[in-house]
Parts: sequence; C-alpha cells; structure tokens
Amino acid sequence: MSELSWWVLAACLSAYAIKLCGYFVPRKVLDSPIMSHVASTLTVALLASLVTVNAFTSGQELVIDARVGALGAAIIALVFKAPYLVVVLVGALAAILLRATGLAA
Amino acid sequence: MTKFLTPATKMGLSISIATGLYGISFGALSIAAGLNLWQTVALSALMFTGGSQFAFIGVISGGGAGSAAFSAASLLGVRNAVYGMQIKQSLRPQGRQVPWMAQLTIDESTAVSLGQAHMDEKRRGFITAGTGIYILWNLFTVLGALLGEQMGDPAVWGLDGAAVAAFIGLLWPRLKSVQPVMIALAAAVLTALAVPVSAPGMPILITAVCAAIFAVFTSGKVPNATEHGRLRSVEQEPGQEEQ
Repeated sequence: MSELSWWVLAACLSAYAIKLCGYFVPRKVLDSPIMSHVASTLTVALLASLVTVNAFTSGQELVIDARVGALGAAIIALVFKAPYLVVVLVGALAAILLRATGLAA
Repeated sequence: MTKFLTPATKMGLSISIATGLYGISFGALSIAAGLNLWQTVALSALMFTGGSQFAFIGVISGGGAGSAAFSAASLLGVRNAVYGMQIKQSLRPQGRQVPWMAQLTIDESTAVSLGQAHMDEKRRGFITAGTGIYILWNLFTVLGALLGEQMGDPAVWGLDGAAVAAFIGLLWPRLKSVQPVMIALAAAVLTALAVPVSAPGMPILITAVCAAIFAVFTSGKVPNATEHGRLRSVEQEPGQEEQ
C-alpha cells in the first residue's frame, strides 16, 4: 500500500474515534459551552482556509487565475440561494469559460 | 410500516437525496486531487463526514503531505464529537447501538434529529437521515470517481473551479452573523500570509491552531455572562454591557 493509502486509513480511523468520543463524554463537559464554541469557530476557520488555498495558491505561491472567477461566480450563485450542486457546477463552468475566452489562465 | 412516512422520516429522506447527490462531486474531485478509486471509496465509506473528506482531498490537491491532510480532516471532524454528545443526551442510545450510531453522526442527521419535538420522531429523523445519506453518498461517490477517472486533466473540465465552489458552498451557510464572517476573513488572510513561508498544507493547520486558541479565549466570557442571569449580554459588544 502507498503512503497516502495509510494516511487515508489513519484519517478514517481518527474520524470514527472522534465521533465515538462524543458518546463517551460525561454530561458535565457537555454542559460547558466551550466545546461547541471551539468546534464551530474551528469549522468556519478551516473552511475559509481551504477556500483560500484552493482559490489563490499554486504550491507556495499566491496566484490569481481562473479559479478566482470560479469563486466569484459561486458566491453569486449562493447569494441567489442556488442548491449546492448548482453552485459547484457554476464554479466549474466559470473556470472553463474564463480559460476558453482567454480572460484568465 | 403504518408510521413510515412521519414528518421526521420525510425530512430525513429529502435531506438524504439533497446531500447524497453531491457525493458525485466529492468522487470526481477526489480523483482530480490525485487519489485513486479505492482511497476515494474508503473516505466515503469509513470516514463518512463530508467536510473532513473535502478537507483531506483539498490539502492533497494543494500539494500537501498525507500527514497534513490527516490533521486537517481530523480537526474538521471535531464538531462530530459535539454532535455525538447532543445525540447521546437526546436519544439515550443503548451501549450496543453506539458503534453504528456514532458512524451516522454527521451535520445532517444531527440537525434533523434535534429539529424534532418528540423522542420517537428524534430517533426516526436521525436514523432516516443517517442511513439515507450513507447509502446515497457512497453510491454517488463511486459514480463520481468513475466519471473522474474518464476525465483526464482536471483543469480542462473546470474541476479546480468546482473545488473552490464546493468549499465556499460548505462555508456559506455558516456565515449568518458578523462573528463567523470576521473569523472567516481573518482565517483567509492568515492562510494567505502563511502560504509563501510554509510548506504546502501547513497554512491550513496554522490557521486551525490560531482559531482554536482564539475560540478558547473568547468562550471564557460566555459562562460569566450567563451566570449573572443576563443572557442578553452574550450578544452585546464587551463595551456595551449593562453595569
């Protein structure tokens, strides 16, 4: 098995262990608002970070290319309350069109 | 079977279809990120938590190492532990039910369950949404992965644009008040600053650690505000608190 396959399995085990943890946490911890506050903050920050990495970076460089157009188009779709699958398709379409017309790399 | 189509099972089934279908985008994007068919299938069947799965392939497609992908996926899965606590509290599962209920504990099944008023409906909502999404999400992941393998260069099909859209689509529903928007913007800026000076994959982890530290410090204020019975002060700016 390749190294990546081992990391896939490790991440799967970790995800299940985390889910299981919730069922074994005592009520006392459950009542503290800290856990849910940390989890929700972490989720927003990680997703924003993933958007940034996938839209603006190539290796260790910050770049502006067709993916920024895809981000803009997806945000417009979200503002108009498009379903998730439509948002993803709009992103793909914007990247295709910007490259086909030569407006972006 | 007379009680099969209750409000909770209807809600569970509709959310299953809505969520399960986009397993197709996960499958295709995972192949585009460089994972093979079996790695993609394993993520949906075993990890089974969309945000973490997208995070894993997002780090890999950005050139990050397997260890960085593992860490990002695990950190994003932390909220499932919080959901598990809530489900345990409201459904009170028996010990032998916990292993499979834990695997079905995700955003959607928790949301459907917590949205119901009665115990029976809570249970039906959780099970319908959890198993429905599990089946459809895995079927459509395989379909997406097989399609992705036929596609060749991901950029030609706009799959890199689709990945960006997929992440902003996951983030968007959480940006409903000022604080999450500020956190998201700060996280984006911090990530951009970290990109040129750290290895691929690391900026995401640096951002996550900073966010966790920030959350621990800011959550310290929450119990103080409620302890004095002034729940409203939680919503106010620190300077505006009543004396």
